[in-house]
Amino acid sequence: MDEKIGKILTAVFLLLFFGWLYWAQQNLNPYLTRILILCAINIILATTFNLVFGYTGQFSLGHAGFVCVGAYTAALLTMDITQKKANFFLAPLIWPLNSIQWPFLPSLLAAGSVAALFGLIVGMPALRLRGDYLALSTLGFAEIIRVVIVNLQRVTNGALGLKGIPSYTNLLWSWGWAILAIFIVKRLGDSSYGRAFKAIREDEIAAQSMGVNLFYHKLLAFTIASFLTGVSGGLLANLLSTIDPNAFTFFLTFQVVSIVVLGGVGSLTGSVISSLIYIPLGELLRAVESPVTIAGLHIPGIPGMRMVAFSIMLLLLILFYRKGLMGGREFSWQWFWARVQLVLGKQSEG
Amino acid sequence: MTFALFLQHLANGISLGSLYALVAVGYTIVYGILRLINFAHGDIFMMGAYFALFALSALALPWPIAFFLAIVATVLLGVIVEKIAYKPLREAPRMSAFISAVAMSFFLESFAIVVFGGRPKAFPRPEIFSAVIHIGGIAIQSITFFIIGVSIIAFLILTYLVYRTKMGIAMRALSKDFEIAMLMGIRIDQVVSFTFALGSSLAAVGAFMWGLKFPQLYPLMGVMPGIKAFIGAVLGGIGSIPGALLGGFCLGLTEIMLIAFLPGLAGFRDLFSYSLLILILLLRPGGIFGVQVIETKV
Repeated sequence: MDEKIGKILTAVFLLLFFGWLYWAQQNLNPYLTRILILCAINIILATTFNLVFGYTGQFSLGHAGFVCVGAYTAALLTMDITQKKANFFLAPLIWPLNSIQWPFLPSLLAAGSVAALFGLIVGMPALRLRGDYLALSTLGFAEIIRVVIVNLQRVTNGALGLKGIPSYTNLLWSWGWAILAIFIVKRLGDSSYGRAFKAIREDEIAAQSMGVNLFYHKLLAFTIASFLTGVSGGLLANLLSTIDPNAFTFFLTFQVVSIVVLGGVGSLTGSVISSLIYIPLGELLRAVESPVTIAGLHIPGIPGMRMVAFSIMLLLLILFYRKGLMGGREFSWQWFWARVQLVLGKQSEG
Repeated sequence: MTFALFLQHLANGISLGSLYALVAVGYTIVYGILRLINFAHGDIFMMGAYFALFALSALALPWPIAFFLAIVATVLLGVIVEKIAYKPLREAPRMSAFISAVAMSFFLESFAIVVFGGRPKAFPRPEIFSAVIHIGGIAIQSITFFIIGVSIIAFLILTYLVYRTKMGIAMRALSKDFEIAMLMGIRIDQVVSFTFALGSSLAAVGAFMWGLKFPQLYPLMGVMPGIKAFIGAVLGGIGSIPGALLGGFCLGLTEIMLIAFLPGLAGFRDLFSYSLLILILLLRPGGIFGVQVIETKV
């Protein structure tokens, strides 16, 4: 099947998808809308994690830190001035933040940029390490970022968090950025940079002897991923309308890792599919926590079972199904067409 | 700061350091053999504390028996965790084992929240531990002496097991070279189980004494001590037992001394530990005892 036809098909699909999103924005019930937006945000997170771990082989556990930075940046920029005054009652917000209010897009870009800056700062020391040590130092950095945010009362309002962030995030914004993130990472992966990343993942010493500058490429992947992660943090802040440092603990990173492992490390298609499974599953599992009556039998709700279920799921995944759903493969129109032809072929014979 | 106050802080630091050292050994012996950071170790520590609580309050046993039972229960838990989460992944890439450790850690935490409830529970303090001993103008809790004494005994037993028994030789051989040790006829499964049992027992000892010192138990209580103990193990040289003891001890001591001399920075105590970890990893990943860091494929 022709590559050009594939591109046209993708364009048509995206057009239809955004058309549907526009309709859904007006007509879908708010609960479903919220779930879909959360899926989109997690797709961005999973995609960036795939860029760093799936493509470049660097197991970084710092995701929550960059989401946190992006969320706070966007929140502090989009909140209006009266809200800021109301929030910062213990210690006034520093200048210039206390007197500016930016529209959504510049705030998101700022969120991404600040997160990318942090990515540079964290990546420069951390990416010199490998394996377990890289994971631990990035985890340490994410926690440091969180502790610093808790203690910077005049900038972030500390442990009190921020309330009253305007809810700019809707289906179009979130899915728009998700598609953009997938596009960026996919194109990056297919380029010469992507070949360098994958070479680093497979065998660092061989890549280095072929002339790949290890540190530069690792830092590049890490910084680009941090930018997009920061943007998703901004989207999250403007969805939840309140944020506090406790929302960005290791559990957030754990969720992203679970989604990526479920979908198949290295597969962007896999991350999309598993996000669309994982997030609604989380919501469905809420049913486990509330009392339910089946056929006259009353089963009391057990609060906290959701987390137990999630951790068991990841455990089972990693023990028995390590390759994940897609196992590193991606969706392609050629594969789809072949399947269609198979089905049509069968039908005409039968 | 008066000298008396300084001594008080010192005593505090020594006892906290001893507790970190006990937990740090568990991290280091598992890493030495399996090259795996047992993320769940802090949560096994937490479960040890809850087992002790159960034995003391629900079963109303005298505290030495409760202590012993808590150790036994935690050892069983540690061995079971190893069999479920780590043994199947011994041949797998290291990241899979790491993810499994993280998943296990989360499982234990959420399990504790469901079964024990998220609200903190009070750890009963036997009469003998409420005593405060006065020496030359300063008041030191009897708990502090108990912690230091029991820790010393535990470390002596540990040293004996690791350096004077066949099992200890097997552990040390496995940590030097896994494959060759297997060829020498060492039963891997047994030695690994013993290692986990040993680490868990020390964690249980630490947990019981932690409960005496900080009598509030909650499901996430193992997270910070676990991370601090791990940082201590890395500080001393991950894979080295003297390193873990020294590193854990130093970390606890400096943490208390930091707060003693700079009380304004108390909110940053965790940040100090994390920054120390990153500094160590960047400047001297082998730690104080200079353990060789072998680069293996992730």
